[in-house]
Amino acid sequence: MLSDFGSILLFMIAGVLFVAIALFVSKLVRPHRPNADKLSTYECGEEPIGDARIQFNNRFYIIGLMFLIFEVEILLLFPWAMVFQDLGWYAFSAMFVFVFLIFIGFIYELGKGHLKWDLPSPAVPEYVEGVGVVERDIRTEDDEFESDGGLTFK
Amino acid sequence: MEAPIVSSYIVMAGALAVLLNSAAVVVYVERRVAAFIQNRVGPNRVGPFGLFQPLADVIKLIFKEDVTPIYGNRTLHTLAPMFPVITALITVAVIPFGDGLFITNINVGVLFILAVTSLGVYGVTMAGWASNSKYSLLGGLRAAAQMLSYELPLGMAIASVVLFAASLSMVDIVNSQLYWWHVFVNPIGAIIFIIAAFAEANRTPFDLVEAEQELVGGFHTEYSSMKFGMFFLAEYMHVVIGSMLITTFFFGGYHLPFAGYYAHLLPEAGTWLKAMLDIAVFLGKTGFFVFLFIWVRWTIPRFKYTQLMSLGWSKLLPLSILNFAVIAFILMLIHG
Repeated sequence: MLSDFGSILLFMIAGVLFVAIALFVSKLVRPHRPNADKLSTYECGEEPIGDARIQFNNRFYIIGLMFLIFEVEILLLFPWAMVFQDLGWYAFSAMFVFVFLIFIGFIYELGKGHLKWDLPSPAVPEYVEGVGVVERDIRTEDDEFESDGGLTFK
Repeated sequence: MEAPIVSSYIVMAGALAVLLNSAAVVVYVERRVAAFIQNRVGPNRVGPFGLFQPLADVIKLIFKEDVTPIYGNRTLHTLAPMFPVITALITVAVIPFGDGLFITNINVGVLFILAVTSLGVYGVTMAGWASNSKYSLLGGLRAAAQMLSYELPLGMAIASVVLFAASLSMVDIVNSQLYWWHVFVNPIGAIIFIIAAFAEANRTPFDLVEAEQELVGGFHTEYSSMKFGMFFLAEYMHVVIGSMLITTFFFGGYHLPFAGYYAHLLPEAGTWLKAMLDIAVFLGKTGFFVFLFIWVRWTIPRFKYTQLMSLGWSKLLPLSILNFAVIAFILMLIHG
Protein backbone atom coordinates (compact mmCIF):
# COMPACT_ATOMS: atom_id res chain seq x y z
CA MET A 1 0.00 0.00 0.00
CA LEU A 2 1.33 3.38 -0.97
CA SER A 3 1.71 6.22 1.47
CA ASP A 4 -0.32 9.38 0.81
CA PHE A 5 2.44 11.26 -0.92
CA GLY A 6 3.68 8.06 -2.56
CA SER A 7 0.68 8.03 -4.87
CA ILE A 8 1.31 11.67 -5.72
CA LEU A 9 4.89 10.73 -6.61
CA LEU A 10 3.48 7.93 -8.78
CA PHE A 11 1.28 10.48 -10.52
CA MET A 12 4.24 12.75 -11.09
CA ILE A 13 6.23 9.87 -12.59
CA ALA A 14 3.27 9.02 -14.82
CA GLY A 15 3.11 12.65 -15.97
CA VAL A 16 6.84 12.82 -16.75
CA LEU A 17 6.65 9.50 -18.61
CA PHE A 18 3.62 10.63 -20.60
CA VAL A 19 5.28 13.87 -21.69
CA ALA A 20 8.61 12.19 -22.41
CA ILE A 21 7.04 9.40 -24.48
CA ALA A 22 4.85 11.81 -26.44
CA LEU A 23 7.81 14.06 -27.28
CA PHE A 24 10.04 11.06 -28.07
CA VAL A 25 7.53 9.41 -30.42
CA SER A 26 7.08 12.72 -32.17
CA LYS A 27 10.88 13.04 -32.50
CA LEU A 28 11.05 9.62 -34.17
CA VAL A 29 8.44 10.23 -36.86
CA ARG A 30 8.59 13.93 -37.67
CA PRO A 31 10.69 15.42 -40.48
CA HIS A 32 13.81 17.43 -39.64
CA ARG A 33 14.65 19.94 -42.38
CA PRO A 34 15.91 23.10 -40.70
CA ASN A 35 17.12 26.22 -42.46
CA ALA A 36 18.13 29.67 -41.34
CA ASP A 37 14.79 31.33 -42.14
CA LYS A 38 12.78 28.71 -40.28
CA LEU A 39 14.94 28.89 -37.19
CA SER A 40 15.07 32.66 -36.89
CA THR A 41 12.85 34.46 -34.40
CA TYR A 42 9.30 35.14 -35.56
CA GLU A 43 8.47 38.81 -35.94
CA CYS A 44 5.54 38.76 -38.35
CA GLY A 45 7.74 37.94 -41.31
CA GLU A 46 10.14 40.86 -40.89
CA GLU A 47 13.82 40.40 -40.15
CA PRO A 48 14.02 40.21 -36.34
CA ILE A 49 15.35 43.44 -34.83
CA GLY A 50 17.80 42.89 -31.99
CA ASP A 51 17.39 40.51 -29.10
CA ALA A 52 14.37 39.79 -26.91
CA ARG A 53 16.40 40.21 -23.71
CA ILE A 54 14.94 43.68 -23.40
CA GLN A 55 13.97 45.92 -20.50
CA PHE A 56 10.42 45.41 -19.41
CA ASN A 57 8.01 47.23 -17.13
CA ASN A 58 9.15 46.92 -13.52
CA ARG A 59 5.50 46.78 -12.40
CA PHE A 60 5.79 43.04 -13.04
CA TYR A 61 8.38 43.02 -10.25
CA ILE A 62 6.10 44.96 -7.86
CA ILE A 63 3.29 42.49 -8.62
CA GLY A 64 5.68 39.68 -7.68
CA LEU A 65 6.58 41.34 -4.37
CA MET A 66 2.95 42.04 -3.45
CA PHE A 67 2.07 38.46 -4.34
CA LEU A 68 4.72 37.16 -1.96
CA ILE A 69 3.38 39.19 0.98
CA PHE A 70 -0.23 38.17 0.45
CA GLU A 71 0.55 34.54 -0.29
CA VAL A 72 2.40 34.26 3.02
CA GLU A 73 -0.58 35.93 4.73
CA ILE A 74 -2.97 33.41 3.16
CA LEU A 75 -0.70 30.54 4.21
CA LEU A 76 -0.82 31.83 7.80
CA LEU A 77 -4.61 32.10 7.60
CA PHE A 78 -5.13 28.44 6.70
CA PRO A 79 -4.11 26.79 10.00
CA TRP A 80 -5.97 29.54 11.89
CA ALA A 81 -9.11 29.02 9.76
CA MET A 82 -9.12 25.33 10.69
CA VAL A 83 -9.29 25.82 14.47
CA PHE A 84 -10.45 29.40 15.07
CA GLN A 85 -13.83 28.34 16.47
CA ASP A 86 -12.09 26.53 19.35
CA LEU A 87 -9.52 29.24 20.07
CA GLY A 88 -11.91 31.91 21.32
CA TRP A 89 -12.09 35.65 20.84
CA TYR A 90 -8.46 36.38 21.76
CA ALA A 91 -6.99 34.40 18.86
CA PHE A 92 -9.76 35.76 16.65
CA SER A 93 -8.87 39.40 17.34
CA ALA A 94 -5.14 38.66 17.09
CA MET A 95 -5.58 37.32 13.58
CA PHE A 96 -7.78 40.26 12.68
CA VAL A 97 -5.15 42.75 13.81
CA PHE A 98 -2.66 40.91 11.58
CA VAL A 99 -4.97 40.90 8.56
CA PHE A 100 -5.90 44.53 9.23
CA LEU A 101 -2.23 45.64 9.27
CA ILE A 102 -1.54 43.98 5.92
CA PHE A 103 -4.79 45.37 4.55
CA ILE A 104 -3.74 48.91 5.58
CA GLY A 105 -0.46 48.40 3.72
CA PHE A 106 -2.40 47.20 0.72
CA ILE A 107 -4.71 50.24 0.79
CA TYR A 108 -1.60 52.46 0.96
CA GLU A 109 -0.11 50.73 -2.12
CA LEU A 110 -3.42 51.09 -3.91
CA GLY A 111 -3.68 54.77 -2.99
CA LYS A 112 -0.13 55.50 -4.14
CA GLY A 113 -1.07 53.97 -7.48
CA HIS A 114 1.67 51.31 -7.47
CA LEU A 115 -0.84 48.73 -8.62
CA LYS A 116 -2.37 50.93 -11.27
CA TRP A 117 -1.30 49.59 -14.60
CA ASP A 118 -1.96 52.76 -16.59
CA LEU A 119 1.05 55.01 -16.86
CA PRO A 120 0.94 57.99 -14.47
CA SER A 121 -0.44 60.85 -16.52
CA PRO A 122 2.03 63.69 -16.92
CA ALA A 123 0.67 67.20 -16.37
CA VAL A 124 1.74 69.33 -19.31
CA PRO A 125 2.13 73.08 -18.70
CA GLU A 126 0.43 75.19 -21.34
CA TYR A 127 0.19 78.96 -21.80
CA VAL A 128 -3.37 80.20 -22.25
CA GLU A 129 -3.98 83.79 -23.35
CA GLY A 130 -5.28 85.92 -20.49
CA VAL A 131 -5.08 83.14 -17.88
CA GLY A 132 -1.40 82.34 -17.72
CA VAL A 133 0.28 78.95 -17.53
CA VAL A 134 -2.15 76.11 -16.72
CA GLU A 135 -1.35 72.45 -16.29
CA ARG A 136 -3.28 70.23 -18.60
CA ASP A 137 -3.58 66.46 -18.32
CA ILE A 138 -3.20 65.03 -21.81
CA ARG A 139 -3.74 61.39 -20.95
CA THR A 140 -7.03 61.89 -19.12
CA GLU A 141 -8.44 63.63 -22.15
CA ASP A 142 -7.31 60.74 -24.32
CA ASP A 143 -8.80 58.23 -21.91
CA GLU A 144 -12.19 59.91 -21.95
CA PHE A 145 -12.49 58.82 -25.53
CA GLU A 146 -12.68 55.15 -24.54
CA SER A 147 -13.56 55.50 -20.88
CA ASP A 148 -16.56 53.24 -21.33
CA GLY A 149 -14.43 50.53 -22.90
CA GLY A 150 -15.54 51.54 -26.36
CA LEU A 151 -19.04 50.15 -25.85
CA THR A 152 -20.83 53.25 -27.14
CA PHE A 153 -20.09 55.41 -30.13
CA LYS A 154 -19.58 59.09 -29.58
CA MET B 1 -8.17 7.60 7.94
CA GLU B 2 -10.75 5.58 6.02
CA ALA B 3 -9.45 3.28 3.33
CA PRO B 4 -10.64 3.66 -0.26
CA ILE B 5 -13.20 1.03 -1.30
CA VAL B 6 -11.31 -0.05 -4.41
CA SER B 7 -7.58 -0.32 -4.85
CA SER B 8 -6.09 3.12 -5.22
CA TYR B 9 -4.14 1.84 -8.26
CA ILE B 10 -7.40 1.30 -10.13
CA VAL B 11 -8.69 4.77 -9.16
CA MET B 12 -5.34 6.20 -10.22
CA ALA B 13 -5.41 4.56 -13.63
CA GLY B 14 -9.02 5.60 -14.07
CA ALA B 15 -8.31 9.20 -13.11
CA LEU B 16 -5.33 9.40 -15.49
CA ALA B 17 -7.36 7.94 -18.33
CA VAL B 18 -10.31 10.25 -17.65
CA LEU B 19 -8.13 13.35 -17.44
CA LEU B 20 -6.03 12.67 -20.55
CA ASN B 21 -9.07 11.69 -22.60
CA SER B 22 -11.18 14.50 -21.23
CA ALA B 23 -8.77 16.99 -22.82
CA ALA B 24 -9.50 15.45 -26.22
CA VAL B 25 -13.23 15.38 -25.50
CA VAL B 26 -13.22 19.01 -24.36
CA VAL B 27 -11.40 20.10 -27.54
CA TYR B 28 -14.11 18.39 -29.61
CA VAL B 29 -16.94 19.74 -27.43
CA GLU B 30 -15.51 23.24 -27.55
CA ARG B 31 -15.39 23.25 -31.35
CA ARG B 32 -18.91 21.85 -31.65
CA VAL B 33 -20.36 24.26 -29.06
CA ALA B 34 -18.53 27.17 -30.67
CA ALA B 35 -20.00 26.18 -34.02
CA PHE B 36 -23.45 25.90 -32.45
CA ILE B 37 -23.17 29.33 -30.80
CA GLN B 38 -21.92 30.93 -34.01
CA ASN B 39 -24.48 29.14 -36.18
CA ARG B 40 -21.87 27.07 -38.04
CA VAL B 41 -21.50 23.32 -38.54
CA GLY B 42 -18.13 22.70 -36.90
CA PRO B 43 -15.97 19.60 -37.39
CA ASN B 44 -18.17 16.83 -38.86
CA ARG B 45 -16.02 14.97 -41.40
CA VAL B 46 -13.70 12.69 -39.39
CA GLY B 47 -15.80 9.77 -38.15
CA PRO B 48 -19.45 9.99 -37.09
CA PHE B 49 -20.31 13.62 -36.15
CA GLY B 50 -16.58 14.38 -36.41
CA LEU B 51 -15.91 12.46 -33.21
CA PHE B 52 -12.42 11.40 -34.30
CA GLN B 53 -11.34 14.99 -35.01
CA PRO B 54 -9.17 15.26 -31.84
CA LEU B 55 -7.42 12.00 -32.79
CA ALA B 56 -6.68 13.39 -36.25
CA ASP B 57 -5.38 16.59 -34.65
CA VAL B 58 -3.00 14.66 -32.40
CA ILE B 59 -1.67 12.59 -35.31
CA LYS B 60 -1.14 15.78 -37.28
CA LEU B 61 0.74 17.41 -34.37
CA ILE B 62 2.99 14.35 -33.94
CA PHE B 63 4.00 14.38 -37.60
CA LYS B 64 4.75 18.13 -37.72
CA GLU B 65 8.32 19.38 -37.91
CA ASP B 66 9.64 20.82 -34.66
CA VAL B 67 11.22 24.27 -34.98
CA THR B 68 13.36 25.38 -32.05
CA PRO B 69 14.57 28.95 -32.55
CA ILE B 70 18.38 29.06 -32.62
CA TYR B 71 18.61 32.33 -30.69
CA GLY B 72 16.68 30.89 -27.78
CA ASN B 73 17.70 28.64 -24.91
CA ARG B 74 17.27 25.09 -26.18
CA THR B 75 17.11 23.28 -22.83
CA LEU B 76 14.53 25.56 -21.24
CA HIS B 77 12.58 25.63 -24.48
CA THR B 78 12.20 21.84 -24.29
CA LEU B 79 11.57 21.72 -20.53
CA ALA B 80 8.88 24.42 -20.48
CA PRO B 81 5.99 22.45 -22.10
CA MET B 82 6.39 19.66 -19.52
CA PHE B 83 5.51 21.87 -16.55
CA PRO B 84 1.86 22.68 -17.26
CA VAL B 85 0.99 19.08 -18.19
CA ILE B 86 2.65 17.53 -15.14
CA THR B 87 1.20 20.06 -12.70
CA ALA B 88 -2.27 19.57 -14.17
CA LEU B 89 -1.88 15.81 -13.81
CA ILE B 90 -0.79 15.79 -10.17
CA THR B 91 -3.53 18.21 -9.09
CA VAL B 92 -6.13 15.54 -9.79
CA ALA B 93 -4.46 13.23 -7.24
CA VAL B 94 -6.17 14.94 -4.29
CA ILE B 95 -9.66 15.38 -5.78
CA PRO B 96 -12.25 12.93 -4.40
CA PHE B 97 -14.54 11.46 -7.09
CA GLY B 98 -16.96 9.65 -4.82
CA ASP B 99 -17.58 8.39 -1.31
CA GLY B 100 -14.32 6.57 -0.53
CA LEU B 101 -13.21 6.96 -4.15
CA PHE B 102 -10.07 9.05 -4.00
CA ILE B 103 -6.46 8.54 -4.95
CA THR B 104 -5.02 10.03 -1.81
CA ASN B 105 -6.50 11.94 1.09
CA ILE B 106 -3.61 14.03 2.40
CA ASN B 107 -4.42 16.27 5.35
CA VAL B 108 -2.96 19.32 3.56
CA GLY B 109 -4.86 18.82 0.31
CA VAL B 110 -5.81 22.48 -0.05
CA LEU B 111 -2.24 23.69 0.44
CA PHE B 112 -1.08 21.03 -2.02
CA ILE B 113 -3.47 22.37 -4.67
CA LEU B 114 -2.36 25.98 -4.09
CA ALA B 115 1.31 24.95 -4.29
CA VAL B 116 0.93 22.89 -7.44
CA THR B 117 -1.17 25.41 -9.34
CA SER B 118 1.46 28.05 -8.57
CA LEU B 119 4.07 25.84 -10.24
CA GLY B 120 2.25 26.26 -13.56
CA VAL B 121 3.59 29.83 -13.71
CA TYR B 122 7.13 28.49 -14.19
CA GLY B 123 6.28 26.67 -17.41
CA VAL B 124 4.71 29.75 -18.95
CA THR B 125 7.50 32.13 -17.87
CA MET B 126 10.20 29.70 -18.98
CA ALA B 127 8.54 29.26 -22.36
CA GLY B 128 8.32 33.02 -22.81
CA TRP B 129 11.92 33.69 -21.83
CA ALA B 130 13.56 30.71 -23.54
CA SER B 131 12.03 31.51 -26.94
CA ASN B 132 13.96 34.81 -27.12
CA SER B 133 11.12 36.38 -29.07
CA LYS B 134 9.52 39.66 -28.04
CA TYR B 135 5.99 38.32 -28.38
CA SER B 136 6.87 35.31 -26.27
CA LEU B 137 8.62 37.34 -23.60
CA LEU B 138 5.74 39.79 -23.20
CA GLY B 139 3.19 36.96 -23.28
CA GLY B 140 5.10 35.02 -20.65
CA LEU B 141 5.44 38.06 -18.37
CA ARG B 142 1.76 38.89 -18.75
CA ALA B 143 0.86 35.29 -17.98
CA ALA B 144 3.06 35.26 -14.87
CA ALA B 145 1.66 38.56 -13.54
CA GLN B 146 -1.91 37.48 -14.28
CA MET B 147 -1.59 34.09 -12.64
CA LEU B 148 0.12 35.57 -9.57
CA SER B 149 -2.54 38.30 -9.24
CA TYR B 150 -5.48 35.93 -9.43
CA GLU B 151 -3.82 33.36 -7.19
CA LEU B 152 -4.56 35.69 -4.23
CA PRO B 153 -8.38 35.98 -4.57
CA LEU B 154 -8.36 32.25 -5.34
CA GLY B 155 -6.48 31.53 -2.12
CA MET B 156 -8.74 33.79 -0.04
CA ALA B 157 -11.86 32.16 -1.52
CA ILE B 158 -10.50 28.73 -0.59
CA ALA B 159 -9.65 30.04 2.89
CA SER B 160 -13.29 31.08 3.35
CA VAL B 161 -14.28 27.50 2.47
CA VAL B 162 -11.83 26.17 5.05
CA LEU B 163 -13.61 28.34 7.67
CA PHE B 164 -16.75 26.22 7.19
CA ALA B 165 -15.06 22.86 6.69
CA ALA B 166 -12.47 23.29 9.49
CA SER B 167 -10.16 20.96 7.60
CA LEU B 168 -7.62 21.13 4.80
CA SER B 169 -8.44 17.65 3.52
CA MET B 170 -10.42 17.63 0.27
CA VAL B 171 -12.54 14.68 1.42
CA ASP B 172 -13.56 16.57 4.59
CA ILE B 173 -14.36 19.67 2.54
CA VAL B 174 -16.69 17.66 0.31
CA ASN B 175 -18.32 15.94 3.29
CA SER B 176 -18.92 19.29 5.01
CA GLN B 177 -21.26 20.09 2.12
CA LEU B 178 -23.58 17.15 2.76
CA TYR B 179 -26.39 19.46 3.93
CA TRP B 180 -25.58 22.85 2.41
CA TRP B 181 -23.28 23.37 -0.53
CA HIS B 182 -20.76 26.12 0.11
CA VAL B 183 -22.18 28.11 -2.79
CA PHE B 184 -25.39 28.61 -0.79
CA VAL B 185 -23.69 29.86 2.37
CA ASN B 186 -20.73 31.59 0.69
CA PRO B 187 -21.95 32.86 -2.70
CA ILE B 188 -19.43 35.73 -2.96
CA GLY B 189 -16.57 33.33 -2.38
CA ALA B 190 -17.95 31.05 -5.08
CA ILE B 191 -18.18 33.87 -7.62
CA ILE B 192 -14.64 35.06 -6.79
CA PHE B 193 -13.35 31.50 -7.08
CA ILE B 194 -14.98 30.96 -10.47
CA ILE B 195 -13.60 34.25 -11.84
CA ALA B 196 -10.12 33.47 -10.51
CA ALA B 197 -10.29 29.94 -11.91
CA PHE B 198 -11.02 31.40 -15.36
CA ALA B 199 -7.99 33.68 -15.00
CA GLU B 200 -5.75 30.87 -13.74
CA ALA B 201 -6.66 28.72 -16.73
CA ASN B 202 -5.89 31.71 -19.02
CA ARG B 203 -9.33 31.43 -20.59
CA THR B 204 -11.40 34.16 -22.19
CA PRO B 205 -12.17 36.85 -21.04
CA PHE B 206 -8.74 36.66 -19.37
CA ASP B 207 -6.74 35.20 -22.28
CA LEU B 208 -4.53 38.30 -22.57
CA VAL B 209 -1.62 35.87 -22.56
CA GLU B 210 -2.30 34.88 -26.16
CA ALA B 211 -4.17 37.92 -27.39
CA GLU B 212 -3.50 37.21 -31.04
CA GLN B 213 -4.04 40.77 -32.24
CA GLU B 214 -1.19 42.09 -30.07
CA LEU B 215 1.04 39.14 -29.21
CA VAL B 216 0.48 36.60 -32.05
CA GLY B 217 0.50 33.41 -29.94
CA GLY B 218 1.83 34.85 -26.69
CA PHE B 219 4.27 32.61 -24.86
CA HIS B 220 3.88 29.74 -27.35
CA THR B 221 4.54 31.81 -30.48
CA GLU B 222 7.81 29.92 -31.07
CA TYR B 223 6.42 26.47 -30.32
CA SER B 224 5.46 23.90 -32.88
CA SER B 225 4.84 20.18 -33.21
CA MET B 226 4.25 18.13 -30.06
CA LYS B 227 5.77 20.81 -27.81
CA PHE B 228 2.90 23.08 -28.81
CA GLY B 229 0.63 20.07 -28.41
CA MET B 230 1.67 19.85 -24.76
CA PHE B 231 0.62 23.48 -24.12
CA PHE B 232 -2.61 22.83 -25.97
CA LEU B 233 -3.29 19.71 -23.92
CA ALA B 234 -2.42 21.52 -20.69
CA GLU B 235 -4.84 24.35 -21.46
CA TYR B 236 -7.76 21.97 -21.78
CA MET B 237 -6.63 19.89 -18.80
CA HIS B 238 -6.61 23.10 -16.76
CA VAL B 239 -10.19 23.76 -17.86
CA VAL B 240 -11.20 20.30 -16.64
CA ILE B 241 -9.21 20.63 -13.40
CA GLY B 242 -10.67 24.10 -12.79
CA SER B 243 -14.18 22.71 -13.22
CA MET B 244 -13.38 19.84 -10.85
CA LEU B 245 -12.07 22.28 -8.23
CA ILE B 246 -15.13 24.56 -8.55
CA THR B 247 -17.31 21.47 -8.08
CA THR B 248 -15.30 20.19 -5.11
CA PHE B 249 -14.97 23.45 -3.21
CA PHE B 250 -18.35 25.07 -3.77
CA PHE B 251 -20.81 22.75 -5.48
CA GLY B 252 -20.75 19.78 -3.14
CA GLY B 253 -18.36 17.45 -4.99
CA TYR B 254 -20.24 14.17 -5.36
CA HIS B 255 -23.17 15.21 -3.12
CA LEU B 256 -26.58 16.16 -4.45
CA PRO B 257 -27.92 19.50 -3.11
CA PHE B 258 -29.16 19.21 0.50
CA ALA B 259 -28.47 15.45 0.30
CA GLY B 260 -28.19 15.17 4.08
CA TYR B 261 -31.86 15.97 4.58
CA TYR B 262 -33.30 13.26 2.36
CA ALA B 263 -30.47 10.75 1.81
CA HIS B 264 -31.91 8.31 4.41
CA LEU B 265 -35.30 8.31 2.62
CA LEU B 266 -33.78 6.93 -0.60
CA PRO B 267 -33.51 3.15 -1.16
CA GLU B 268 -30.18 1.65 -0.10
CA ALA B 269 -27.80 1.34 -3.06
CA GLY B 270 -25.10 -1.32 -3.31
CA THR B 271 -21.47 -0.29 -2.95
CA TRP B 272 -20.73 -0.36 -6.66
CA LEU B 273 -23.97 1.30 -7.70
CA LYS B 274 -23.36 4.05 -5.16
CA ALA B 275 -19.81 4.52 -6.43
CA MET B 276 -21.09 4.81 -10.00
CA LEU B 277 -23.79 7.31 -8.96
CA ASP B 278 -21.23 9.39 -7.04
CA ILE B 279 -18.93 9.52 -10.07
CA ALA B 280 -21.87 10.36 -12.34
CA VAL B 281 -22.94 13.27 -10.10
CA PHE B 282 -19.36 14.54 -9.86
CA LEU B 283 -18.67 14.30 -13.58
CA GLY B 284 -22.06 15.79 -14.39
CA LYS B 285 -21.29 18.92 -12.39
CA THR B 286 -17.76 19.04 -13.82
CA GLY B 287 -19.22 18.77 -17.31
CA PHE B 288 -21.54 21.68 -16.61
CA PHE B 289 -18.65 23.90 -15.57
CA VAL B 290 -16.58 22.84 -18.58
CA PHE B 291 -19.57 23.92 -20.67
CA LEU B 292 -19.63 27.21 -18.73
CA PHE B 293 -15.95 27.78 -19.59
CA ILE B 294 -16.74 27.26 -23.29
CA TRP B 295 -19.96 29.27 -23.16
CA VAL B 296 -18.17 32.27 -21.62
CA ARG B 297 -15.36 32.04 -24.18
CA TRP B 298 -17.75 32.49 -27.08
CA THR B 299 -19.89 35.13 -25.37
CA ILE B 300 -17.67 37.67 -23.59
CA PRO B 301 -14.97 39.68 -25.38
CA ARG B 302 -11.44 39.95 -24.05
CA PHE B 303 -10.51 42.56 -21.40
CA LYS B 304 -7.77 45.12 -21.75
CA TYR B 305 -4.68 44.33 -19.67
CA THR B 306 -5.23 47.38 -17.43
CA GLN B 307 -8.80 46.25 -16.77
CA LEU B 308 -7.59 42.75 -15.95
CA MET B 309 -5.07 44.01 -13.41
CA SER B 310 -7.40 46.52 -11.77
CA LEU B 311 -10.15 43.89 -11.50
CA GLY B 312 -7.75 41.49 -9.81
CA TRP B 313 -6.03 43.86 -7.41
CA SER B 314 -8.42 46.67 -6.58
CA LYS B 315 -11.72 44.74 -6.68
CA LEU B 316 -11.42 40.97 -6.26
CA LEU B 317 -8.65 40.95 -3.65
CA PRO B 318 -10.23 43.44 -1.16
CA LEU B 319 -13.63 41.82 -1.75
CA SER B 320 -12.26 38.36 -1.01
CA ILE B 321 -10.53 39.56 2.17
CA LEU B 322 -13.74 41.28 3.35
CA ASN B 323 -15.75 38.17 2.51
CA PHE B 324 -13.34 36.08 4.55
CA ALA B 325 -13.47 38.47 7.52
CA VAL B 326 -17.28 38.73 7.55
CA ILE B 327 -17.72 34.95 7.36
CA ALA B 328 -15.17 34.39 10.14
CA PHE B 329 -16.97 36.97 12.32
CA ILE B 330 -20.43 35.47 11.77
CA LEU B 331 -19.19 31.93 12.39
CA MET B 332 -17.50 33.16 15.58
CA LEU B 333 -20.75 34.78 16.75
CA ILE B 334 -22.71 31.57 16.14
CA HIS B 335 -20.27 28.93 17.39
CA GLY B 336 -17.60 30.86 19.33
